[in-house]
Amino acid sequence: MKLLEYQGKELFTEYNIAVPKSYLARNQSELNQIKDKLEYPVVLKSQLTTGGRGKAGAILKCANKEELVPKFTELLNKEVKGELPKVILIEEAVNIDKELYISLFLNRGKRTYSLISSSEGGMDIEAVENKVIQDISISGLTQSSAETIAKKLGLSGVTIESFSNIVIKLAKLVREKEAELAEINPLAILKDGTCLALDSKVIIDDNSIFRHPELGKYMQISELQEQAEKNGFSFVELDGDIAIIGNGAGLVMSTLDIVNDAGGKPGAFLDFGGRATTETIYKALEVISKLSKVKAILVNLFGGIVRTDLVAQAILNAYEDGMISVPIYARISGAESEKSKKMLSNSNAKLYDTVEEAISSLVQFMRMSK
Amino acid sequence: MNNKFDIFDILVGKPEDPDYGNKPVIIQGITGNFGSVHTRLMREYGTNIVAGVTPNKGGQSFEGIPVFDSVKDASKTFNAKISGIFVPAQFFLSAVKDAVNNGIKLLVAIPEHVPVRDAMESLEYAQTNGAKIIGPNTPGVIVPSVNKIGIMPSQPFKKGNTAVFSRSGTLMYEVSFYLSKAGIGQKIALGIGGDPINGTNLIEAFKLISDRDDIESVVVIGEIGGDAEESLVQYIEKTGFTKPVVAYVAGRSAPKEKRMGHAGAIVYGNYGSAESKISSFSRVNIPVAKRPAEVPGILMKLMK
Repeated sequence: MKLLEYQGKELFTEYNIAVPKSYLARNQSELNQIKDKLEYPVVLKSQLTTGGRGKAGAILKCANKEELVPKFTELLNKEVKGELPKVILIEEAVNIDKELYISLFLNRGKRTYSLISSSEGGMDIEAVENKVIQDISISGLTQSSAETIAKKLGLSGVTIESFSNIVIKLAKLVREKEAELAEINPLAILKDGTCLALDSKVIIDDNSIFRHPELGKYMQISELQEQAEKNGFSFVELDGDIAIIGNGAGLVMSTLDIVNDAGGKPGAFLDFGGRATTETIYKALEVISKLSKVKAILVNLFGGIVRTDLVAQAILNAYEDGMISVPIYARISGAESEKSKKMLSNSNAKLYDTVEEAISSLVQFMRMSK
Repeated sequence: MNNKFDIFDILVGKPEDPDYGNKPVIIQGITGNFGSVHTRLMREYGTNIVAGVTPNKGGQSFEGIPVFDSVKDASKTFNAKISGIFVPAQFFLSAVKDAVNNGIKLLVAIPEHVPVRDAMESLEYAQTNGAKIIGPNTPGVIVPSVNKIGIMPSQPFKKGNTAVFSRSGTLMYEVSFYLSKAGIGQKIALGIGGDPINGTNLIEAFKLISDRDDIESVVVIGEIGGDAEESLVQYIEKTGFTKPVVAYVAGRSAPKEKRMGHAGAIVYGNYGSAESKISSFSRVNIPVAKRPAEVPGILMKLMK
């Protein structure tokens, strides 16, 4: 679960990591309530899960009261990569001397946490040079090793202590809240030498959320996503118009690639997991039926373990119930495949022995219907 | 890591062992939905399941297999070194400790949705005590014609001389099915697991078979997320691994920052991208199939 900036900053505040003085407003009337409390200049920040907000114009500076309402309205209506904000974060501007970067993340290969820090904040970390990388035990970080990092970054004076404290607290947050990533970019050094988090990026381990009821309020999940998850499906909405359903994340990903190679545009990824029964396939089709952009469905089931007539029955039911009308191209090479082909012969679905055949027919159909 | 860990000695044994090819296995979570179905299937395949574990169900039996409250209790009667773990994710850590504390050396961890923190703690615990975990979120491991510990179907696998290591379950079945159809059997097929943290990662899987003469080639099925494939390539370069290797990488067209079904299948920036993995393999001349069905053909060309 990727937290929004203000949510991450709420966690920072809980852990005594300094952040700018800020307010939240969802609409005009909430803005009116805080308008007179603000000390200008302020920064308006659209709360989106997508990155690159600065470049997309989703962060605006506001010098005085007069600019506030128009800029607020602009941000509230500004869509970035298909996402509209539900709330705007309004922060009082601070006097920045220098910007740093710190990121604490789960290092999968090393099976530990690693801290990347740099004295060049504010930019894309992949482009940053002079990175300091340090592995950190899950049990935390000592004051002296934190100070060593600060010195490696060339920090001095009170900044060493302020920086070290933040790194130690961030490590504590990562451990206690079971985060996969906690990043502060930029971490500002103020004129007085202390450090303050100007941004936050926190990703919580989804599988640990059952232990963290306090984070439940940050869950934002679409209705469709919820429906998929309730059935135990993994579902990802994509940009295209072909829905891809299969049993197994790797298999569905692989199918996505083959569709893409053939010139098709995947619009949904749905892995219904373990067992292919009439009921699970029907439920999977039900989720897909809610996406109006989907113009065709590809079903790819690993053969050998599936009774194909059960799958064919689900497809027939979905058509008969009027749940779906778009064509289905299915690769289901398992038991009873001849029977299944007959079952579907009068429907809008076709069965194929290989996924390549199914995809090439599907892509041809998509081309002709355009 | 422990180089001396001999997975074949544990799974199959030596010809002089009285239980050669018939090593005893304990199933933790045997009475659960998943555990019971797959206990039946594993048994059909030839896996010697001697005992099951489900807390508070000690004294019962499942299709003639005695059920105990803990591995500790089971170990008083049975001397198993292998456990298949089918417990719900939130009980995973305690199941691992119970197993490791009571003689289990190879833990095949099936559950999905194990928290990363629990996975890390489990691995540390197992490692400190000389045990190995495969998974979590793995389909398991199969030695075709001998036994399987896991949830994989039996039909795709045929006995032979290649090793298949896969981060995805169904792709392991799919690719093995194509290999078997082309006459290329498997000595072992092992699921690394779809989680960010794996008890046996790709490098460690390679170490398990690197000095075995009866394994002639390796098929690696990778996917987006993390840098296991990139690290594997470094390992292959450094050690001069000489067996022919064919790779496949799923997720070339996956968007960034979206979790594609597996907890571990997510790209941040270039970290974890399919391009990064494919170009790593290409750098050391390991061919990368574009589709699962291409793997056998490429492998046969290499073996000529």
